[in-house]
Amino acid sequence: MSGHILLRGGRVVDPSQKLDAVRDVLLADGRVAKLGERVDASPDTRVLDCTDLVVTPGLVDVHVHLREPGGEHKETIATGARAAAAGGFTAVCAMPNTDPPIDDPATVGFVLAEGRRAGAARVYPVGCISAGRKGERLALIGEMVETGAVAITDDGSPVMDSGLMRLALLYAQAFGIPVADHPEDLTLSARGHMNAGLVATRLGVPGKPNAAEDIHIVRDLLLAELTGGHIHLQHVSTRFGVESIRQAKGRGVHVTAEASPHHLILDESAVEGYRTDAKMNPPLRTPEDVAAVRAGLADGTLDVIATDHAPHHYDEKEAAFTDAPNGIVGLETALGLVLTHVVGKGVIDLPTMVERMSCQPARAFGLDGGTLAEGSVADVTVLDPAATWTVDPRAFRSKSRNTPFAGWELRGRTRWTIVGGSVVFGK
Amino acid sequence: MNQAASALGKDLVGLEPLSREQIVAILDTAEPFKEISERRIKKVPVLRGKTIVNLFFEASTRTRVSFEFAEKRLSADTVNIAAAGSSVVKGETLVDTARNLEAMRIDMVVMRHGSSGAAAFLAERIPSNVVNAGDGAHEHPTQGLLDMLTIRDHLGRIEGLKVCVVGDVLHSRVARSNIHGLLKLGAEVALCGPPTLVPPVFRELGVEVFTRVEDAIQWADVLNVLRLQLERMEAGYVPSLREYNRIWGVSNARLDAAPHDVLILHPGPMNRGVEIDSDVADGPHSVILNQVTNGVAVRMAVLYLLAGGQPEKAEAAKQGAE
Repeated sequence: MSGHILLRGGRVVDPSQKLDAVRDVLLADGRVAKLGERVDASPDTRVLDCTDLVVTPGLVDVHVHLREPGGEHKETIATGARAAAAGGFTAVCAMPNTDPPIDDPATVGFVLAEGRRAGAARVYPVGCISAGRKGERLALIGEMVETGAVAITDDGSPVMDSGLMRLALLYAQAFGIPVADHPEDLTLSARGHMNAGLVATRLGVPGKPNAAEDIHIVRDLLLAELTGGHIHLQHVSTRFGVESIRQAKGRGVHVTAEASPHHLILDESAVEGYRTDAKMNPPLRTPEDVAAVRAGLADGTLDVIATDHAPHHYDEKEAAFTDAPNGIVGLETALGLVLTHVVGKGVIDLPTMVERMSCQPARAFGLDGGTLAEGSVADVTVLDPAATWTVDPRAFRSKSRNTPFAGWELRGRTRWTIVGGSVVFGK
Repeated sequence: MNQAASALGKDLVGLEPLSREQIVAILDTAEPFKEISERRIKKVPVLRGKTIVNLFFEASTRTRVSFEFAEKRLSADTVNIAAAGSSVVKGETLVDTARNLEAMRIDMVVMRHGSSGAAAFLAERIPSNVVNAGDGAHEHPTQGLLDMLTIRDHLGRIEGLKVCVVGDVLHSRVARSNIHGLLKLGAEVALCGPPTLVPPVFRELGVEVFTRVEDAIQWADVLNVLRLQLERMEAGYVPSLREYNRIWGVSNARLDAAPHDVLILHPGPMNRGVEIDSDVADGPHSVILNQVTNGVAVRMAVLYLLAGGQPEKAEAAKQGAE
């Protein structure tokens, strides 16, 4: 168990309390014991000097692929949890597109146990919507939630059957969990490997049009409205998608939505030269879409920044573009990228970043954390906003290196990551 | 010959990255090489001692044989690898195939692969010269070059001509190489076909798009007619081959309505009676077999230039001068 830790003199940014001021934070017995202008500590308390540092409620990533069970050559729950901690995340939600998929209580229990054993960021399992991720009938949603699943999704694939999606949005209301969807109409996109448009046309690569994503976003919003369920839309990448969510929120639809760092920063031109490290799903889109995702993040249409951390072994990405798998790693670059290219470019301010990377993801998925209010769980991220560093994939804690951001100069990184009152990253 | 001095750089991956001058240099270099194939002894020592691997992951007869003749007539040592029966079908990756070839100290690889970008992928990873013999739906640069050489032979120029590519442009590497090459040489380029196979986004490349072949024929000096593969019908892009022929097939009846003669090209293999009628393919304005002849000369020129040859020294090189 953790001893007492005093975070001394940092800029505490906690939107849950509308707080942005220099404060001391005392952590004791796994909880936030005291938050104040000057907090005294007993002599055995470990004091971390946070002068010129920023103290926030622990960052939460509701969308990561930890690949275990079945894809341990790409990532394990332990390496993923350590990568998360290094990236400043105190909690991550593990997607169920594993092999076997996380669609029953036993697998949920396995993920929870491996997550605890890793002793890094908390790992919350997300269960499948459909049994076997086959999109045919509901998985054991109730039993999975009772075991510890915090949401359901068939991520990696959409739920193509609208009737099944309707049932999921109804059934999940018994358990108060969000139904997360990877919105994509495969009849429009299954042959595609990148954004449909001029770049794809020139490269001779089949494209995925925005409409494939838009149609399912609109469908999901209509079904959430019909059922009263909570739809969580994953990795929104299109301008029409953002606008549709904005309008639905205006009508009172229970929807939360994600933006991923890469869709906030890169456009389809990053694929030029057939760069497989810029291949993901949904694909990088046009500069107009990037602008819309940024605007959606700024005005709160998109509640959450989530990485969609998708590790792949280098052998798998070392292939011709159309033969390579989708996805990039994100846990260890997200904070620096967002600080440098989203906050640093004035899209949002630092408190809003904390809102989107801690408070709202915790709230959307019903997790502990997302606040430093006294008595809450002692999950804290301390970041150094002035630290400059270069992205070096060889230094990742993740097992995989597939990032389009290698060599990027970033400003801002994790100093300490504290989970349940224990320092899990940083000396 | 000096590798570093190649007029084309290390590889020929596509026509898009080439300059107008580089394309003209290839076409001009092909001129003296045409004559070699007309000799009784069809062999010159230009690439003597060079080892070339023809690595074909997709079936090909015409292109592979054309490259092989070009290589052999330049005295290179060649090895053919076809995907069927090679280690590729045993699960070996493209990277490993390339590294193994490299380990045998080859000089050039001519590759055809079903994935767009495969040629660039290989070129970035091995020091040998890489010639793209077709990568997915991306480019088939030597086909584009031989098409342009054939047009230039028959009409005396490229600049200012109106060239229309007819057919399955969406899936065609030939179409993309034609578009890039012809635009760089100052031609006007159009595309024609069912919009399922010629989507409007192609306009953004700076070309005209016709949906009706009659309009294309009215407009064009040259038609480059693409093969319509049976799979496109099976995938639902067109309802039937018969309907395709009735609406987009190039026939003498349609050509007779043109205001002037239209030169007919086809990269082969032809589906007679589908995209092109036999009386057109075998007619007086067809230069389809000239394309095949020019293919060997263009490929000789590309291999010679990649090996460091200078365009102006091609004539001398044929005589054995280094």
